[in-house]
Amino acid sequence: MKRFAASLLAALMVLTMAACGGNTNQQSSTPADGGNSSAPAAPAGETIKIGCLAPLTGEVSVYGIATYQGIKMGVDEINAAGGIDGKQIELIVMDEKGDSVEAVNAYNSLVDQGVVAIIGDVTSKPCIAVAEVAAEDNMPMLTATGTAAEITTIGSNVFRTCFMDPFQGQIMATFAADNLGAKKVAVMYDTGSDYSQGLADSFKAQADTKGMELTAFEGYGTADTDFTSILNKIIATSPDAIFVPDYYGDVSLILGQARVAGYTGAMLGGDGWDGVLGVMPADKMTATDNGFFSNHYATADEAAAKFLSQYKTLFDMDGNAFSALGYDSAYIMADAIKRAGSTDKDAIVTALAATDLECVTGHVTFDANGDPIKSVAVTEFKGGEAVLNAKVSA
Amino acid sequence: MDLIVFIKQFVNGIQVGSIYALVALGYTMVYGIVKLINFAHGDFIMVGGYVVVFTTPFLANLGVPAWLCVLAAVAVCSAIGVLTEKIAYKPLRGAPSLSVLITAIAVSLCLQNLALIFFSSSPRPMSAVFDVAPVTIGSIQFSGISILTIVMSVALMVALQLFIKKTRVGKAMRAVSEDSQAAILMGISTNKTISLTFAIGSGLAAMAAVMYCSAYPQVQPYMGSMLGLKAFIAAVLGGIGSIPGAMLGGILIGLVESITRHFNSQLADAVVFAILIVVLLVKPAGIMGKNVGEKV
Repeated sequence: MKRFAASLLAALMVLTMAACGGNTNQQSSTPADGGNSSAPAAPAGETIKIGCLAPLTGEVSVYGIATYQGIKMGVDEINAAGGIDGKQIELIVMDEKGDSVEAVNAYNSLVDQGVVAIIGDVTSKPCIAVAEVAAEDNMPMLTATGTAAEITTIGSNVFRTCFMDPFQGQIMATFAADNLGAKKVAVMYDTGSDYSQGLADSFKAQADTKGMELTAFEGYGTADTDFTSILNKIIATSPDAIFVPDYYGDVSLILGQARVAGYTGAMLGGDGWDGVLGVMPADKMTATDNGFFSNHYATADEAAAKFLSQYKTLFDMDGNAFSALGYDSAYIMADAIKRAGSTDKDAIVTALAATDLECVTGHVTFDANGDPIKSVAVTEFKGGEAVLNAKVSA
Repeated sequence: MDLIVFIKQFVNGIQVGSIYALVALGYTMVYGIVKLINFAHGDFIMVGGYVVVFTTPFLANLGVPAWLCVLAAVAVCSAIGVLTEKIAYKPLRGAPSLSVLITAIAVSLCLQNLALIFFSSSPRPMSAVFDVAPVTIGSIQFSGISILTIVMSVALMVALQLFIKKTRVGKAMRAVSEDSQAAILMGISTNKTISLTFAIGSGLAAMAAVMYCSAYPQVQPYMGSMLGLKAFIAAVLGGIGSIPGAMLGGILIGLVESITRHFNSQLADAVVFAILIVVLLVKPAGIMGKNVGEKV
């Protein structure tokens, strides 16, 4: 019997590991348009070369392609409108396959080809590797989507377009206090997710700053599907708002169960909520009412809606936050080069630091680190529709 | 703990437990006859879930009640169960039970990955199959789906028990379970009997799928893994092989989970898995299992 028990436990361990490893949030893959392609070439000598690093193949290519297409769309628009002071931008893209070593090699190759600035990289790890080399060259570098805090601290030449994940926790706490007038708030988060934990912690800190009472701070497991016990406990503390920083799959279950458990107050979340409406069964859609989340842009926002519809026409696929951030990065970089009045590295870096531009993902200026200071769009679910509720600044 | 909150947690425990009980029935049924822990059982539930998701709109177009999707789910799951047995388990019938156990895990991973390829990892919403109103007693609300799940579990438990104890086919199943070689000599077709066992076991998974998805209206490729594990623990706790034991184990695990979660939300899984270890060490036959010497 002991042996039976032992083999059972061993088998179970294998199975649990498989169960834990399974829950990645993967998006469906999209066709890449070739490995290394470049924008239509203008006569040599009259172009401004901008390098672009993105994973166009490999595991994270979904993000790389979305970001690159956004950048390309921005550059093509700028070129069609006359370029930078009459000079066309030549976008040279290199596929780094999501790998740090490949990314540094690609960067060196771009430098050899004479680029004056870099837009990239897309994911955090290669971004850090490239930033370290770019800092030595003082190469103007703007990452559209690298969220790791470290990236912009590597050099004064490194900037980013997206806000960092935990920033959303801060924004939503501010929103709860200032826009919803909440006095008591509760948090429930996925203990197995850095994203969820990061947002939960920053929400907690900002709730404290705003003088709101935190009535509950509860964690749950990644594979959980029943949240009623936790919700019962939280609801018993009667919070005005519950912050649930998780991805849309679990969020839709939590929203449904919270309403069944009798909670009618506000439910708050971050950009992981984008997609809740798609997975909420039609007969339970009312559960999403009084739900609010922060995102890089609001689909209901005029500029974002215009961008998304044009993106869809161009690439025959839906745009997302990655493509919007890529698009904005192209405009921010072009604007900086134009204001610099030259392609001198120092001049471009100085101009980037002085950015003050209205973009699809909000109005962008940079702080001393090179992180964006921007307003965040808070979307509200109302009758099964996503509507823009407010733009919140930290 | 506030009394009302305690009652609410208790009720929730029974609701969660009733799902575990329904899933555990399938585990225990197959184990009772074939002595195989079918770790792919949870993934049969996932397959059942997808069948329901795809057939409900079709049924709605035909204008027939949505709960008829149960039939489709049972048919597909039974077919897959029988097929799995023929392809993966039958060639290993003489092999050590550990090999079969590992094969079962392989089948589980295989089904999950096939689902990933066909349906992608993003969850799919499921609209309501049953339209049952919640029952309210004082300030406590019992969801209609849970009541239906409990009723269904009890009914299936009784039906299974009667089937195995009273019918000819049931007798054949017990015979195969006791000594398959002797059963062959008595003119019982072992292959047919084992196929039927898998068909019924997988059919139970399909029913569990419908009830589970009614309670948690979402279908995704990994939905079966954790559910399957918890239900397996329920079956072991109740005494694997014992049909009433599966019911009892399911409800108990649900209650333990719900109450633990109230005191410390992160400890629930640890406590549930600790129960498995304790049961295997202290009373491997479980609460209601017969303590027969294991041949392993």
